[in-house]
Amino acid sequence: MSKENWILIPFILIILLIPVSGSRFYVFLGTDILIFGLFAVSLNLLLGYTGLVSFGHATYFGIGAYTCALLMKKASIPFPLAFAAAGVLGGIAALVIGFFCVRLTKVYFAMLTLAFSQIVWAIAFKWNSLTGGDTGFIGVPFPQYLDSKIRFYYFTFAVVAVSLFILRKVVNSPFGRILTTIRENPERTEFIGINVKLFQLAAFMISGVFAAISGALFGIFNNNVFPDILFWPASAEVLIMTILGGIYSFFGPVVGAAVLLFLRMQVTSYTVYWPLILGMILALLLFFFPGGIVGFLKTRLVFVKGNR
Amino acid sequence: MILTIERVKKSFDGFVAVNGVSFTVEKGELCSIIGPNGAGKTTLFNLITGHLPSDEGKLLFKGIDITYMPPHRICRLGIGRSFQRTNIFPRLTVFENVQSAVLAHRGKSLSFFRPVGSLFLKETEAILEMVGLREYEKTVSGSLSYGFQKQLELGIALATEPELLLLDEPTAGMSAKETHQTIELIGQIARDQGLTLLFTEHDMEVVFSISERIMVLHQGQLIAEGTSEEIRNNSDVRKIYLGEAR
Amino acid sequence: MSLPDPSFLLIQSLNGLTYAMFLFLIASGLSLIFGILGILNFAHGSLYMLGAYFTHQFVSLFVDAPGQFWWAAILASLTVAVIGVVIERFFLRHLYTREQLYQLLFTYALVLILSDFAKIIWGTGQFSVSRPAILKGAVPILGQYFPKYNIVIILLGPCIAFTFWFIILRTRWGRKIRAAALDREMLDSLGVNVSRLFTVVFFIGAWMAGLGGALVSPVSAIVPGMDVEIIINAFIVVVIGGLGSFWGTFLGSLIVGQVYALGILAFPRLSLAFIYVLMALVLILRPWGLLGRRLQR
Repeated sequence: MSKENWILIPFILIILLIPVSGSRFYVFLGTDILIFGLFAVSLNLLLGYTGLVSFGHATYFGIGAYTCALLMKKASIPFPLAFAAAGVLGGIAALVIGFFCVRLTKVYFAMLTLAFSQIVWAIAFKWNSLTGGDTGFIGVPFPQYLDSKIRFYYFTFAVVAVSLFILRKVVNSPFGRILTTIRENPERTEFIGINVKLFQLAAFMISGVFAAISGALFGIFNNNVFPDILFWPASAEVLIMTILGGIYSFFGPVVGAAVLLFLRMQVTSYTVYWPLILGMILALLLFFFPGGIVGFLKTRLVFVKGNR
Repeated sequence: MILTIERVKKSFDGFVAVNGVSFTVEKGELCSIIGPNGAGKTTLFNLITGHLPSDEGKLLFKGIDITYMPPHRICRLGIGRSFQRTNIFPRLTVFENVQSAVLAHRGKSLSFFRPVGSLFLKETEAILEMVGLREYEKTVSGSLSYGFQKQLELGIALATEPELLLLDEPTAGMSAKETHQTIELIGQIARDQGLTLLFTEHDMEVVFSISERIMVLHQGQLIAEGTSEEIRNNSDVRKIYLGEAR
Repeated sequence: MSLPDPSFLLIQSLNGLTYAMFLFLIASGLSLIFGILGILNFAHGSLYMLGAYFTHQFVSLFVDAPGQFWWAAILASLTVAVIGVVIERFFLRHLYTREQLYQLLFTYALVLILSDFAKIIWGTGQFSVSRPAILKGAVPILGQYFPKYNIVIILLGPCIAFTFWFIILRTRWGRKIRAAALDREMLDSLGVNVSRLFTVVFFIGAWMAGLGGALVSPVSAIVPGMDVEIIINAFIVVVIGGLGSFWGTFLGSLIVGQVYALGILAFPRLSLAFIYVLMALVLILRPWGLLGRRLQR
């Protein structure tokens, strides 16, 4: 475990020093990577650890973004409260939707997550008075003492670091272990005395909370919120980030997020057909690299010890 | 009477798999259920453990009605089970496999922040010792040989400290030597721990060697019940098994 | 709120019935592939979409030819069927040994790829196809008018259902297909060419999806996004009607069609929500669907 912690240190240093370089571009990219890194890790709690594929994870990201932004701008609620509310609402939404989804298994579960994510998108898209509809919600203010992109960048780093710390604890706890047994063999897990549905729901909730937190950060960082963060391709993207990075490692999804964001930046400067590329990346991963980047590296570099 | 089955019935789409079966099992007994393929043995097990809901009838464990209880609660009452197809947690190590079962059993599964590392080390190692897998504890269980996986499965079942142990074809696919070893082990553990044992088997030698009581299932019905002597000499049973003897 | 005109309600209900038939075509193809191959083909809606786009393409090719619509529809659905076979033989086949979720994720990747593929070829605009000449015009019903074409679609639905049911339940082919659904390995050892069987099943499923898209082209706009919309609705149909149940799919389609059509009248902006509420209720009370079997795959 401590070996992995040492590897983290250079990365942390790099992250902390980026703004010093004076480049706005890298601050933007860095913030994006941190936000989507957390988003992807939250999804991986479901995917890599519990074995549940969600096609609708963007729902909680979007709920977090809209909640925080709307509360701050429309109800003038102070940032800390709005931010906390975003996480709470994300958790509640995950609880409600998850309750229906865990009643069915595997592929049905996946399709249900998609179906529910579509209705949430439809609501945000059509409810003009509340969410600004398809034109989105702009003019989200920065919180008082975090009124620059650089300051917000450090704030994002702090939030993401704490969140990842918490998630790591959860994953290494007995609860986390039972999630992996559910992933490996839900039938057997049931017969060591575990109420599998309850645990799946709990995992769903926790991942919803952290997805919402990353969404709230996103909304503020961009000073706007658009319904397309709730649309199904957004869920596809975070899913592919997670798989690309490697679902059987804790930090894998962060790597995946960084790589995919970078790729997206390159590709979209040449063509508008990013979904096509995205689909091909996923197909490639499925056929040849199911372990993702980290999985691939692990088979090459034996000394990197990861979680299973 | 630790287990009571009363007139239990189960059909699938019109096919009657279990047709009004009734029997009881006393505490500490070593019983086996035999019968040709398709006789309904695994279905019966699934009914007992709650994996399948029964259409009719009652199931009682330690006097408690478990007919409509969900599997995880039945497990907590004290029934353990091994499955026909090996049921382990392949990507976890042998140690982690058993430790997870211990965790679940001791009610520590909802603990969120303590690292799981060496929780219940002693208890887990004791079980590994019992099933003879101590030296393989760091091996990823999916890479174990078939025989060892079956032993691990037994370990997982034992980790929940059951009073009644259901074993579905515990020696399936094993060589004569492995079968012998496994049965010795199971018998010994059952006697040491005071377990009640109910198992299904195809291998007649196994059945006759350790069962105190044998029940014969055929086309979903209980057609004979008795000691190995009685069953060996039962004409109905011989009729069914002609051509099936090992 | 005053009660709408009963004849208007009837027309709206018939519209719902029409939509139900399209849903049924897609949902049953989806169920067929899932039941036999164990693959939930997320890209089924994309095949439907391609059926519509190809129909539009072929109609513009056969300008003013007699029966142009029917030729275009047949050709389009067959093209889609062939695409389906290519997908199955060259890609899906290699994932059969992996976990079910790999296959689902691959079809998910296909949705992304095919959706952009359509945009590359046909752009992002809307298209429409005119109804075939003999079926142009409408029939008066209780003082309102209902398109002839839609009537044909409504009649076609049960016909397809009956044919399908008959083939699966009565013929030798059907028995093989049902056996394959239950035990792939056993069938293999009996000498049946299971991989060929699977390809045929996928062909049929894709053909049905393509046909659905072809037939819907005169009724509904051909736009990007129709792929995801139909697959989600088809899936909801399967959940409500019953997992693994053919008649459940039929019933589910009818229900969803009516809820949509009549829901729009009552609450235009929330019509979508009704279906979800219904699905949520089914999930709580009977998770395996109205006509489904308790044990799911």
